[in-house]
Amino acid sequence: MSVSGHTLSPFTQFALILRRDLRLAVRRWDQVLQPLVFFVVVITLFPLAISPELSELRRIATGILWVAAMLASLLAGEALFRPDLEDGVMEQWVLTGQPLPWLLLAKTVGHWLLTGFPLVLVAPWVATALGVEFDHWRLMILTLALGTALLSVLGAIGAALTVGLRRGNMLMAMLVLPLEMPVLIFGAKALDFGLQGDVVTGPLSVLAAMLLLGLVLGPFAMAAAIRIGVE
Amino acid sequence: MNWVWFHKLASPPTAYAFARTLRPWLLWPSLSMMLWAGYAALFVVPPDYQQLDAYRIIFVHVPAASLSLMVYSIMAIAAGIGLIWRMKLAHAVAAACVLPGSVFTVLALVTGAIWGKPMWGAWWAWDPRLTTELILLFLYLGYMALRASFDDIGRADRAAAVLALVGLVNIPIIKYSVVWWNSLHQGKTLSIWGKSSIDPSMVMPLLVMLLAFVMFFGAILCDGLCAQILRRERHAQWLTKQVQ
Repeated sequence: MSVSGHTLSPFTQFALILRRDLRLAVRRWDQVLQPLVFFVVVITLFPLAISPELSELRRIATGILWVAAMLASLLAGEALFRPDLEDGVMEQWVLTGQPLPWLLLAKTVGHWLLTGFPLVLVAPWVATALGVEFDHWRLMILTLALGTALLSVLGAIGAALTVGLRRGNMLMAMLVLPLEMPVLIFGAKALDFGLQGDVVTGPLSVLAAMLLLGLVLGPFAMAAAIRIGVE
Repeated sequence: MNWVWFHKLASPPTAYAFARTLRPWLLWPSLSMMLWAGYAALFVVPPDYQQLDAYRIIFVHVPAASLSLMVYSIMAIAAGIGLIWRMKLAHAVAAACVLPGSVFTVLALVTGAIWGKPMWGAWWAWDPRLTTELILLFLYLGYMALRASFDDIGRADRAAAVLALVGLVNIPIIKYSVVWWNSLHQGKTLSIWGKSSIDPSMVMPLLVMLLAFVMFFGAILCDGLCAQILRRERHAQWLTKQVQ
């Protein structure tokens, strides 16, 4: 990404990509709202399907939140790279000679800010509808923030792998969901421990460690996959 | 030491000839070892003091489960080699690994269920080891689905390789799930270098069966590799000559 001959510092590149994605999102804000609405709709299904009893819902509230977050992130992730591939931006990124993993990381962070983060903020309110006291909002925001960020990274790898394919939806779910299961295990465990008043540092640290690993290694997998999709 | 022979193996004609030669050397010893270990497992080894004869299914269950993980690792390593050094043959090896790997996973799950019914009273339990093994099956299926959705074999190879490498992070989770979570599934009982926690009379047939499974997989891999080479090199002259 070089403007009139001089190269930009990596952090400027990062900021430029982030700003572009946020601006695009503001202009098409309905696409930002959709994952959020989807998240709430999926959660609404559980009281209808299982039982409207709050005592019963409270027992499985963490699981419901995590599954809904996973599905929302999956659906939002599907369109992460496709528009940029279709209008040629991705090809230009590959050709610039700038570190592609870094650019894709910026894209992923932007994606999380637009689809993951709003969901994290809404979760404590939605959880009250499932019988979880609002007092737990700090823990809920922390675990879901770590977890959804990791889901964004894994989803971005899946989106990059399926970006050039005609019917990528189902395939992406098949690729990404098995990889996301550790997030579900440790995320739900941390939240469960917290709601029962136990120490949460164990599962939370594992979640944070996995996120760091994902942030460091994930972009390289995305870049390799994007290069396959672009050619 | 001269490594030319090793580099030559990366060329399809040599690899094809090598796999064809190697196959019987793996297959027949493997089958005879399976026969011996099967006989020992069913008639020689004494019954367990608690599980009686039902435990004898470990002689299939344990090798199948070990192979399910081992084959995935081999597949991911081959995929990584193919991705990094752009070695087409490594991709062919990875492609040949998926089917046997997923069959071993299914075999481990099915024999586990058959064993679980009399011992735990249930075909299936949502135990970490069982669940992670099921996830492994999903990983294999995802790999197959991704590979099948590309028309171009070169792109399919590389995309599938990325997926295989990303999925590799799940392998330690499956392997150590019995250590990290204290669960229904028993812990590590067999050890090649240390002392196993099962009776010494059972160790020998089990290890022989494991080796037989490994060699059997080797033979299957040779077959799969030949099939992959036949498909990939179908326009090559050396192959037309070879087949005629």
